[in-house]
Amino acid sequence: MNESFRLLDPLRQTAAVKALRAILPSDAVLYQREDTKPYECDGLSAYRELPMVVALPQNEDEVSRVLRACRQLKLPVVARGAGTGLSGGALPHAKGVLLSLAKMNRILALDPVARIARVQPGVRNLAISDAAAPYGLYYAPDPSSQIACSIGGNVAENSGGVHCLKYGLTVHNVLRVRACTIEGELVEFGNEALDAPGLDLLALVMGSEGMLAVATEITVKLVPKPQTARVILAAFDDVEKAGNAAAAVIAAGIIPAGLEMMDQPATRAVEEYVHAGYDLDAAALLLCESDGTAEEVEDEIARMTAVLKDSGAYDFRISQNEAERLKFWSGRKAAFPAMGRISPDYYCMDGTIPRKRLGEVLRFIAAMEKKYGLRCPNVFHAGDGNLHPLILFDANDPEQLRRTEAFAGEVLEKSIAVGGTVTGEHGVGIEKINQMCLQFTPDELEMFRAVKRAFDTDELLNPDKNIPTLHRCAEFGRMHVEGGQLPHPELPRF
Amino acid sequence: MEQVIARYAGQIRSAAADKKPLRLRGGGTKDFYGQGLEGELLDTRAYTGIVAYEPTELVITARCGTPLAELEAVLRAEGQQLAFEPPHFGAGATVGGMVAAGLSGPRRQAAGAVRDFVLVVRMLDGRGDDLSFGGQVMKNVAGYDVSRPMAGSLGTLGLILEVSLKVPPLPFAEATLKLELPQDKALAMLNHWGGKPLPISACAWTGGELVLRLSGAPSAIEAARAAIGGEPIAAEQATAYWRGIREHTDPFFSTDKPLWRMSVPSVAPPLEFPGEQLIEWGGSLRWLACKADARSIREAAAQAGGHGTLFRAADKSAGVFTPLQPALAKIHRNLKQAFDPAGIFNPGRMYSDL
Repeated sequence: MNESFRLLDPLRQTAAVKALRAILPSDAVLYQREDTKPYECDGLSAYRELPMVVALPQNEDEVSRVLRACRQLKLPVVARGAGTGLSGGALPHAKGVLLSLAKMNRILALDPVARIARVQPGVRNLAISDAAAPYGLYYAPDPSSQIACSIGGNVAENSGGVHCLKYGLTVHNVLRVRACTIEGELVEFGNEALDAPGLDLLALVMGSEGMLAVATEITVKLVPKPQTARVILAAFDDVEKAGNAAAAVIAAGIIPAGLEMMDQPATRAVEEYVHAGYDLDAAALLLCESDGTAEEVEDEIARMTAVLKDSGAYDFRISQNEAERLKFWSGRKAAFPAMGRISPDYYCMDGTIPRKRLGEVLRFIAAMEKKYGLRCPNVFHAGDGNLHPLILFDANDPEQLRRTEAFAGEVLEKSIAVGGTVTGEHGVGIEKINQMCLQFTPDELEMFRAVKRAFDTDELLNPDKNIPTLHRCAEFGRMHVEGGQLPHPELPRF
Repeated sequence: MEQVIARYAGQIRSAAADKKPLRLRGGGTKDFYGQGLEGELLDTRAYTGIVAYEPTELVITARCGTPLAELEAVLRAEGQQLAFEPPHFGAGATVGGMVAAGLSGPRRQAAGAVRDFVLVVRMLDGRGDDLSFGGQVMKNVAGYDVSRPMAGSLGTLGLILEVSLKVPPLPFAEATLKLELPQDKALAMLNHWGGKPLPISACAWTGGELVLRLSGAPSAIEAARAAIGGEPIAAEQATAYWRGIREHTDPFFSTDKPLWRMSVPSVAPPLEFPGEQLIEWGGSLRWLACKADARSIREAAAQAGGHGTLFRAADKSAGVFTPLQPALAKIHRNLKQAFDPAGIFNPGRMYSDL
């Protein structure tokens, strides 16, 4: 972003503050630098921008009026939940309003018989499961940030988690989203009954990164908590063997509750941090979990063990009790903070690839480590092909940041090349917007923009995220000539 | 096969230029469903065949004209399935029609709906442009999810060319049980069991009899049988029974009354209407064979927190689908304009202005 764009327009700011103060109490409208500073970034802290104004509505009516006012003043609006997102989706707009839904944090209703909870967008993911626990129920999607992340943010990103191969993503576990359009109108996507009439717009707004409407109330499904769970910790002397073992488990007709992989650098980093007792000589560790009734789990663990043995695992440990299960998981769950311990900064990628291409992609990442002179341990949702390479770098060194971005860009492009996607669960946001030019054709990108305009004619909701303009793609293409071929030769060049 | 696409695209472009509607149709097994059928026929069956199938990736990609029966046979050979058990409603059902109709069968309560399994849709829009949305992987959040909303769109947004679907494994074992229960007790029990970790994969209640199907590990089925009770039904008879529920060949569905598909929260009390009822999906789906007027039926559905669809009827003048609230209807019209600016795809099949 160039400097002239960053410059605050005092008249515009005054007008925005005045309009918002007519709707919200004065402590819910922030515009002084020291007050807006905490909102300058989300979980992707490499990108920062001070919002012109922050608005903190307390209820649906205030959201509606704030949006109507923003539309009248043609102010861009960036909705924000807990700010834990990893793709800069909640990066503020310098000339716009940062709409924090944090104050809307009440569980409005929980019906244990119907197995649903109706919640406000600022409710934390884990708070729903905590509230449902006395009834033996829980909310299934469990992104690793679940202690902090909000359900509104989960809807915006269509968040997954380590159990999503078996239990689904946010899109599979939300029945209804009540939302406010930029025009201030309330709409309901989905229904507390199934299969709402009309087009399935609930699926369309899931993962739309706050660009179509602002969620004000969400009905989630609650599911019975499995009686028990056990996990196998299997060690392999080769990462490809471990990847093939994951495929073999699935080929055997088993859908594990969790199927996660760590390579040796990741294992070593986390072991130092959590002391889970991991085998440090293993080239890769696979965590394979079964849940259900005690009988079911016993059967499944036996089947899983047989498959892993046939796939060349040289060592197994099966959790004998809940404490041991949690211990086996502790390293995987602490992978990100463990990286924070061994490196000043880490940059987490999110490409998803067909599982069978894992070996090739890991070899590619190893080559990139050499090319850019940066370390990159890998953790992998092996069940669903979602890879999280973690590039270790020091953000205080602009040269390292530049190399990191280039490294990440190459890995994302490799994900596309093997038939995958640039983002499995973290979203495009601002971070991966250039790679969208490679994953989609200009016609497809144009259709995305038309979809946005169908909800938000003036393109005020979270503009310049997720979907690149063709102009931007042309600019990116100029920097990104591959084999003498521009990605979109049909586009005009500026 | 690429010539077939070129031919379809040509047909779409000339229809758009002339503003002449096209009627997108596979085997025509679901012609009965939805509002009017209008326009020149575009037969999707010419674009047929399975493009890719990777059992270990849990993904199959098929062209729109592929017979649904063929797809299911290929999956069965690898021990996998379409977990939402889509109804065929006839021998000619196609993959494209299955997605466009968006109808799910008995296993929906446990497994999810058609849309939950859609990963990629390749389509021709109203300009004849060849577009792909989604990803051939289990998780993809790049761009808006335009692929899932194609499920149930009744061909109003474009011609679905290919779909990639998530295909989970077949259950290791199944068992079917029968219990005598009045409707209110059956609903209470279904909701009670729904909150327990029991492997119930389908249910059907009608005429005081509740039939339950259990799917999963043999040990889990045994444990559930002990918890639920009831009388077992022999495997062959059970298979035939569930086929009847899925394909509407069960005697309940051979009614001459209008057939309503009432979608309500599972805890909604019994719907008080004359006529027969059949309950599925843990209480969330209530089939109602009933001559009462459409308005009172829709009001009852709304009061229960749901909606009613006039699923099969000779007279559809009351409207097949529940009308949309104005703000939602506006978004629908805008989306239709984005995908199909000339308004040529299956006009009026879902709503008269779509």
